[in-house]
Amino acid sequence: MSKLINLTIDGKKILAEENKNLMLVARENGIFIPSLCYYEHIEPPLGSCRVCTCNINGKNGPACTEKVSVGMEVQVNKEDLRDIRKALVEMMFAEGNHICPACEKSGHCDLQHMGYELGISSIRFPHLFKDRVIDYNPSRIVMEHNRCIKCLRCVVDVHSKDGKRVFNYLNRGNETYVGVDYVEEAKLTDDEIMNAMKICPTGAIIVRGVSMSEPFGDRKYDQESVQDLRHTEKKETSGHPKILEKKIIATVSLAGCFGCHMSLLDIDTDLLDVIELVSFDKSPLTDIKTFSHRCHIGLIEGGCCNSENIETLKLFREHCDILVAMGECAVWGGLPAMRNSIPLSECLEEAYLNCVTNEPSNNIIPYHEDLPKILDKVYGCNEIVKIDYFIPGCPPDANHIWKVVKNLLWGEEFSVLYSEFKYD
Amino acid sequence: MAEIKTKDFNEPDRTQMLDRLWEIQLKYGQITDTDILKLSEMYNLSGIEVEGVASFYHFFHRKPTGKFTIYLNNSIVSQHKGYTRILETFERETGAVLGSVDRSGMFGLFSTPCIGLSDQEPSALINFYPFTNLNAMKVKDIINKLKNNANPKSICDSPPDNIRYTPTENKSVFFRNFIPGTALAKASEMKPNGVLDALRVSELAGRGGAYYPTWKKWIAAKGQPSSPKFVVCNADEGEPGTFKDRVLMNSQPASLIEGMIICGFTIGAGLGIIYLRGEYRWLKAKLEDTITEYHNLGLLGKNCGQIRGFHFDIRIQMGAGSYVCGEETALLESLEGKRGEPRTKWYFPVEKGYLQQPTVVNNVETFCAVSNIIDLGTEHYLKLGIPGSPGTKLISVSGDCKLPGIYEIEWGMTVAELLELCEADDPYYMQVSGPSGECISIKEKFRRISMLDLLARKDIRCGGSFMIFNSQRDLVKVLMNFAEFFKQESCGICTPCRAGNFIIHRKLERLDSGMAIDEDLIELKTWGNIMRAASRCGLGKTATNSLTIAMEKFHPYFSDKLDKEFNGQSMKFDMEAATREYEIYKK
Ligand SMILES: Cc1cc2nc3c(=O)[nH]c(=O)nc-3n(C[C@H](O)[C@H](O)[C@H](O)COP(=O)(O)O)c2cc1C
Ligand code: SF4
Ligand code: SF4
Ligand code: SF4
Ligand code: FES
Repeated sequence: MSKLINLTIDGKKILAEENKNLMLVARENGIFIPSLCYYEHIEPPLGSCRVCTCNINGKNGPACTEKVSVGMEVQVNKEDLRDIRKALVEMMFAEGNHICPACEKSGHCDLQHMGYELGISSIRFPHLFKDRVIDYNPSRIVMEHNRCIKCLRCVVDVHSKDGKRVFNYLNRGNETYVGVDYVEEAKLTDDEIMNAMKICPTGAIIVRGVSMSEPFGDRKYDQESVQDLRHTEKKETSGHPKILEKKIIATVSLAGCFGCHMSLLDIDTDLLDVIELVSFDKSPLTDIKTFSHRCHIGLIEGGCCNSENIETLKLFREHCDILVAMGECAVWGGLPAMRNSIPLSECLEEAYLNCVTNEPSNNIIPYHEDLPKILDKVYGCNEIVKIDYFIPGCPPDANHIWKVVKNLLWGEEFSVLYSEFKYD
Repeated sequence: MAEIKTKDFNEPDRTQMLDRLWEIQLKYGQITDTDILKLSEMYNLSGIEVEGVASFYHFFHRKPTGKFTIYLNNSIVSQHKGYTRILETFERETGAVLGSVDRSGMFGLFSTPCIGLSDQEPSALINFYPFTNLNAMKVKDIINKLKNNANPKSICDSPPDNIRYTPTENKSVFFRNFIPGTALAKASEMKPNGVLDALRVSELAGRGGAYYPTWKKWIAAKGQPSSPKFVVCNADEGEPGTFKDRVLMNSQPASLIEGMIICGFTIGAGLGIIYLRGEYRWLKAKLEDTITEYHNLGLLGKNCGQIRGFHFDIRIQMGAGSYVCGEETALLESLEGKRGEPRTKWYFPVEKGYLQQPTVVNNVETFCAVSNIIDLGTEHYLKLGIPGSPGTKLISVSGDCKLPGIYEIEWGMTVAELLELCEADDPYYMQVSGPSGECISIKEKFRRISMLDLLARKDIRCGGSFMIFNSQRDLVKVLMNFAEFFKQESCGICTPCRAGNFIIHRKLERLDSGMAIDEDLIELKTWGNIMRAASRCGLGKTATNSLTIAMEKFHPYFSDKLDKEFNGQSMKFDMEAATREYEIYKK
């Protein structure tokens, strides 16, 4: 055993074996450093995701590729560092095409988990919507390139019995993706193939025919944070009146499925209390079609997929003091945005001409000057107007929505539970 | 004399992977699935791993590239000198569309970032032979000749060195009559420690751009117990606008070879490798000839330079189109026949470099400086330049000036003096050290070029590239060209650079189309900082440097580009553009 040395992490004095991996040392001492590519038994460490970026002896760098040394000073929980790490995780969401509600790995996914731990409710970056294929060629797995974060784990760790790589990066830059060697893949044992799925931090490697036994909601990352501090999202309470005067809310469903509206009603009997305090203006709940008052809050479900959505959203911006994007579709496009990496013509043909449920004689793509025009892609609401708050989830938890609304209207303090903060 | 350890060793077969891929590419114009399979059997690797290597380098293609493969340089200097018109002419004359091969399979037309000929743009490589100072007439003529089966080798240009300026009174350090063997003989007398002392006294710092003190690197490698050790020359010269290494290799190859031998002697290495960028294939013969000459003179090989027990050889490794392979650890990976992905900082090259053995990586200019400093003596060298920043520096000047070319300046020269020497034409902003460097405005022309006072941004250090832009040039377009470059050249292994460069480019498109608001500028800046803080190697760390600095120095220019109707509520939205696809489809 090598000698013990002293170092400090966030001012806390720590005794550790010299040259041991800093990430491990932090973990052993109960200090949470976000990580995605780090996998204990892979050495040298991969250092690809950069989500563990800390300040080490005055310099920014990843904790997982650092060996601890005498007198080392590490800062983890500084505001700017937190923001950098959060941004990196956001980049992965912006870069891939992550539709958590449609993902097998949801609840078991390390990327999603980091999103929860870091409290990411919207992505600051434009989603890139790169067209990525799903590779069904391997005999045992399906490779979902939309979800791969290029962590390198599978590349370095999965080998066939001949010692050859099964996965490897192809291309470079933003064209990089993980290719599968079909010959070597076929040689893997059942255990080895399951292990490949297990080490993949996301839902990119899916073994065929394996179903996940636990239901959504009960999975590894669904209920509790790994951090000491429970994940909370505190909103400023000042500036908002404490008196419970009656407020006006407007809601709308743009390119959404009404799921968020259903969720809105999902607070059971509490709804009766709420009704006392708010009145609904333009909203599908009241079926009021035009604004009759200026509203305190506009709750937007869905993104913008056609010209009318854009106009409606702008109208909401004009008539509401505060706009809240409610649910994944409003936040960044969500499920409808699955079409964003596919040419519009292909989408229209698939939906209206070649669709199996079409009546054979009745296949026509709708087009009329009175009909809204379909946009080139689905836009998140904040690409069109300024959005004040974002509530993630597909749909968001009812409690989450109302906690935010009550806070915004009456300044009620609140904390969203880890289990209420969801992308699926 | 110091005991120098040498051991017979074989480089593993896999290190020849790039050579094999090159052979196939050059012979057949593409690398097929069958080739991949053959190579994977040869090296006992999975097919996907070989494919991973082949697909990393942009001179390797998985589709046919024509009998004549044309690479037109798309760097910003080339753009300003008429790239678009040249491209159109190539397309018209060859019948090939950019990025593809014409119907007959004769011509493949591609674009590529800076090919190290910024002093003679627009330029192109055809079957990796240089064609410079292109104009429409010239292109027509070239294509005609090729159609009549001319050999590109016999009709290509031999790019002049364009050495425009050296310090007066025979003070040049680099461009002198260098006699093979003299510096090595002196080094042999000085002993390794003497060489290290000389380098320390002369304050020689790495000329590849990072300016790490050369003696420190060498002493660290010397102190490593493990053997064999290696000397690697970084001749990847990929920073757009740089061509000093090209000129050194073309005009002073002996001083480079000898610098490497001296390094081998000093640290106790047995093999030197020159990693020559694919774009400089046309320079390879020159280097090979020099290596042969050195063998013939007994300056390479067993007991070279008559130093008993010192066996040293040099070979050349061709790169294959990848800027990031200039980063030293990516270069080492590439030398090993792998994808050029920079390593983590888990080990340093001097500890575990090429093949996990102690390795010194230095730039071409650094090695040339070593042999010349040893030859001239430190006393002479220290008289040049300014105190704290002695000696001379090679600067590749390009862009809007009458005399683009190489300027060997004494450290301490001001930007204004340099601009005058090269007869700059209405200089407005200068890009110093390439896209990853710093941009300066003409208002800063009295700054000195030196290695001093960097933090206070008083003096400016130059890695070698100095591009001049006049006041008619569109700054956002320049920056977009840089962003596109980084986006293409990122190796893709780490998130902030792989995704970040893509994202930055999107944002710049927004800015360029007049849809951006103030907040977008702030975001560009903070996102640049995130990339700097978190990227794995210098590429991602510096990719947004010029952008950040430009936004500071040319703020009014940027505010002018913003959406002036923004009311704080609704973003600009181009409904016509957004519904165009639908309308067209329905028609
Ligand atoms: C993205 C990137 C590209 C680089 N390209 C080159 C290059 O083309 N030539 C070079 O000599 N150094 C280049 N470098 C610097 C090398 O990493 C390394 O510092 C240099 O080769 C060391 O030699 P020196 O100390 O003699 O400068 C590059 C660095 C980065 C981060
Ligand atoms: S669960 Fe994970 S992999 Fe699946 S879509 Fe969500 S973030 Fe992506
Ligand atoms: S497939 Fe999974 S394990 Fe492999 S690089 Fe992508 S995210 Fe990582
Ligand atoms: S910064 Fe860019 S080039 Fe460097 S390792 Fe990361 S992705 Fe690769
Ligand atoms: S966990 Fe450290 S870089 Fe990925």
